[in-house]
Amino acid sequence: MSMMQRVMDTPLVRRSNALRSFLTAAWLGWQIESNWADPFLFAVYSIARPVGSILILVMMYTVITNGATQEPIFAYIYLGNALYILVGQVISGVSWVIIDDREHYRTLRQLHTTPMNGYFYLMGRGVARMLVGLVSLVITIGFGVIAFRLPITLAGINWPLFIASTVLGIISLATIGLIIGSITLMLARHFWSVGDAISGALYLFSGAIFPLDILPAVLRPVGFIFPVTYWLELARRALLGPSHPTFPTLAAYSNEHLLLILAVISAVLVGFSGYIYNRALHLAKERGVFDMETSH
Amino acid sequence: MQPDYAIETKDLGRIYKIRGPKHKGDAKELIALNGATLQVERGELFGLLGPNGAGKTTLIKILSTLLLPTSGSAFVEGMDVTRDVQEIRRRITVVSGGETSGYGLLTIEENLWMFARFYGLDSATARRRIDDLLNVVGILDRKRTKISDLSTGLRQKMNFVRGFISDPSMVFLDEPTLGLDVTAAREVRNFVKEWLRNNTSRTILLTTHYMAEADELCDRLAIVDRGRVLACDTPENLKRRLQREAVFNLKVGRLGHKPDKSAMIESISGVQQVTVSEQNDHTELNLILAEESVLGSVLSHLTQRGSNLISLEKREPTLEDVFIQLVGRRLDEDTSHTTGGDNG
Ligand SMILES: Nc1ncnc2c1ncn2[C@@H]1O[C@H](COP(=O)(O)OP(=O)(O)OP(=O)(O)O)[C@@H](O)[C@H]1O
Ligand SMILES: [Mg+2]
Repeated sequence: MSMMQRVMDTPLVRRSNALRSFLTAAWLGWQIESNWADPFLFAVYSIARPVGSILILVMMYTVITNGATQEPIFAYIYLGNALYILVGQVISGVSWVIIDDREHYRTLRQLHTTPMNGYFYLMGRGVARMLVGLVSLVITIGFGVIAFRLPITLAGINWPLFIASTVLGIISLATIGLIIGSITLMLARHFWSVGDAISGALYLFSGAIFPLDILPAVLRPVGFIFPVTYWLELARRALLGPSHPTFPTLAAYSNEHLLLILAVISAVLVGFSGYIYNRALHLAKERGVFDMETSH
Repeated sequence: MQPDYAIETKDLGRIYKIRGPKHKGDAKELIALNGATLQVERGELFGLLGPNGAGKTTLIKILSTLLLPTSGSAFVEGMDVTRDVQEIRRRITVVSGGETSGYGLLTIEENLWMFARFYGLDSATARRRIDDLLNVVGILDRKRTKISDLSTGLRQKMNFVRGFISDPSMVFLDEPTLGLDVTAAREVRNFVKEWLRNNTSRTILLTTHYMAEADELCDRLAIVDRGRVLACDTPENLKRRLQREAVFNLKVGRLGHKPDKSAMIESISGVQQVTVSEQNDHTELNLILAEESVLGSVLSHLTQRGSNLISLEKREPTLEDVFIQLVGRRLDEDTSHTTGGDNG
């Protein structure tokens, strides 16, 4: 807590309610997320589970292709799924907070009589899960490099591109989580299951497991509205460099072009999620569902 | 707008829409607040007294910006609860008794520290206030205990402390002594009085089910029932209303299970209010009579029904009597099943 205290007492944080709400919530999220009685369970949860689910995919791939793990498409699929760990962690990390605070901890009411900034609070609460996701992601990729000789080297990675696209990707994922969380807040029902549906749709239409080119031409544009599509493409290009397989749908776009599209989508999502969140707060107050519990 | 009032409500109304059990669109409307008009002065300890479901918590939720009114208006220190949300939240805190909420994995200190952050306190101030306040409620030695390991009462003390950490100018206390033992409840009451004495521009709005607590603490109180404010005055003035009337406590031989026995006695002219409670071997009657002479008719009525008098006592009117006269029933009579459950 003492390091946290020093951060919180800096003049910048003291002046900005948004920053203070974000950091305090991140601290709280970390307390909750790291509160595993058993570090072994924590390791299983954050490492073994994602690696395990990728191995299932790898097995299916090897059976179908007779073990052609040196084909460029293997790296494409492997990385798509490794990166996808972050999608689930960030979206559910943010969208679950409302339900957690309202029904599990029952603190939503207490929190919303304080002057904290609710939007940045929710974002902050998602940070811990995102960090866990990042760790799983790094471990999964490392495992892929060692076990399947994925063509990735530390020196070969286009770091600026990887970091820029991943930051934008995480921001846009968090806003999607925020939109889902907001809808949960005003409906007072278990809308989060829609979060799973969105996650699933993203999986199919964002090129995580197969390039958009495989989709029928009419469905392809669906992928273009998801920020994840651009983030996955950019992150794979950054990690694999020249050995990245090119597929016609996105090959025509340069890195800069894709980054710009991702930045614009992220900015739009930030604005839109802010609007939806405020609407949701208003409706929740109108309907009196701040401390409502959804019937399980 | 009169900025002089700490709290001002005008014709405040709140209607809840409740869905039928099967979501068949048969939405029912529940009137939780019905034209409530109140003015609370700065520096006052103002009480809300009312049976379950009267609308007390609903009023607190509206004033603390958690709920929008469906009609009327409400102002906290001159600020509109529907518009000036952020400004109001900076100045107020809310503590509800019997709250089982909290992040169980945080310690008392961490939890309070977190809330202090949300109010923008620096660490040094937060620390000092946390220690001071925990000391006042006698749980300073438990500050490193995880919330999940606390008893209900200790948790409540912690929540109480949370309400004062930010040095608010207004505190809403929704049944703050609910479930506390006698000593703890007294400590809480003393703290509240002391806190107001130290700064006369602060205001406390309190709800309670304990008549004695309301009588002891409140400068003024409003008696509410079914969303309406039935009376609003100092405890003394409220009791003085009954000065002309005579209040008697009667013990008689068991009246048995006549369902209409209280109605029967009430129909005697001059009887303003009667509550009947069956004890093991006798029946107790609480009577508010327009004048003492009415007692004769009551006694003769009872003897006609073959019931013998065990004891008779004339009492000073209490808040309870005021309440019964206004609301028509005792505060501890459970009528929640007729007004629907409370989740506040
Ligand atoms: N979110 C809600 N949805 C529907 N009805 C509600 C809701 N909250 C409260 N009510 C109803 O509104 C009425 C007033 O409730 P409120 O909680 O304000 O009463 P109260 O005076 O605080 O009662 P208590 O003494 O039991 O705490 C009750 O009938 C209650 O059932
Ligand atoms: Mg209540």
